Amino acid sequence: MIKLKKNIALSESGFIFDPSTGDSYSVNQTGSEIIEYLKEGLSEDQITDKLKDTFDSDEEQLRKDLDDFLHHLRQLKMIENV
Amino acid sequence: MSDKSFKIGLTGLNAIDSPGPGVGVARCLKDADDLDIEIIGLAYETLEPGIYLHDLIKKSYQVPYPSAGTEQVFKRLSYIQSKEQLDLIIPNFDAELWNYIKLTPQLKEIGIRTFMPSLEQLDKINKLNLDEFARNNDLPSPSTKKFSSLDELEEFGREAEYPLVIKGKFYEAFIVYNIAQLAYYYNKLNAKWGLPVLVQEFVDGNEIVIAGLGDGNGNLIGAVPLRKLFITDKGKGWAGVVINDPQYLDLAEKINKLLAWKGGFEIELTRKDNGDVFLLEINPRFPAWIYTTAAAGQNMPLALVHMAMGMEQVPFQQYETGKMFVRYSWDHITDISEFQKISTLGEL
Repeated sequence: MIKLKKNIALSESGFIFDPSTGDSYSVNQTGSEIIEYLKEGLSEDQITDKLKDTFDSDEEQLRKDLDDFLHHLRQLKMIENV
Repeated sequence: MSDKSFKIGLTGLNAIDSPGPGVGVARCLKDADDLDIEIIGLAYETLEPGIYLHDLIKKSYQVPYPSAGTEQVFKRLSYIQSKEQLDLIIPNFDAELWNYIKLTPQLKEIGIRTFMPSLEQLDKINKLNLDEFARNNDLPSPSTKKFSSLDELEEFGREAEYPLVIKGKFYEAFIVYNIAQLAYYYNKLNAKWGLPVLVQEFVDGNEIVIAGLGDGNGNLIGAVPLRKLFITDKGKGWAGVVINDPQYLDLAEKINKLLAWKGGFEIELTRKDNGDVFLLEINPRFPAWIYTTAAAGQNMPLALVHMAMGMEQVPFQQYETGKMFVRYSWDHITDISEFQKISTLGEL
């Protein structure tokens, strides 16, 4: 299970603020949606299903792109595997 | 209308590229709802910008440099007291604290209160002693060596791993990448600040600072950590954001308790990418960005006034994360007559 770091703030415009470090980032609409799903506690499979509803792309590609995005978030220490 | 009014003397009004905290402290005090505060500026130089900001600082007096000694400083403060009847002085420069602490009993006799640490407390966090303080109290800090001879420094420098940080006894620090730079800055810092010169392990990471206030009995009245977002070539934070990480508040609590600190302070830290935190310095005064703490909900200078004047002050319990400061330069317009007054009369 993936857990988003506590207290991460996400604005409607896709601006992310990590209040424990002062780091800030910008993400696009899809990135925002994924972070919202993580906040809701959705699993990778559940997020992939959600993305399938939005994008006309095959599941393997969606999963790859999601993995890539989660890898970035992990590098930035914004998520952790529980 | 406030039920109490106080007249408070402030130093550190040099709001320049390496700003003193005086103007920030003045802004905090002018925000008081419960007190009517009038601020008197105590300036070393005729062009300290704060003394021209009359909305904040009603009147200013030139005062002797700390190196003039306690007698000269007291003589001038006595004159100022005869004109102004100050209730309290908040010194905002590291270098002047020694004089003001020494003068505390005499100032009290003429009706001026202070709220400062003891000389012993001050000595513990002195740049020369901080390494020992950190080691004795399990506070991670970069290893630091003191040098009073160029030969010894060069011997060390031949084997050392670079970069290193070389620091003056009182102020200034430079990152050096080889032995030639190490020797160059040793001579430069020795000429300006004297010996010893400090050489410190370089810790790369984000600069975190914590503004705090202790009541002198080990109680932490306030603490607000801030991440510097923009740093000038002089190493000064020009923008920063208030952050919230319990480890910084725990650290402020621990340091304040260990020192039983009385007054404002600033803790300087570096946080490495792996999350490890190192103590770099503890400054014995509020930082120049202190107004950000008031904006975030902890008006620490005002809390200091409450305590100094014997009023009740409960410790702050929270603050607002995400408050930012972005410092700017502003061409404040004044007139030559103002400059003339402070230059010729030593008063403005």
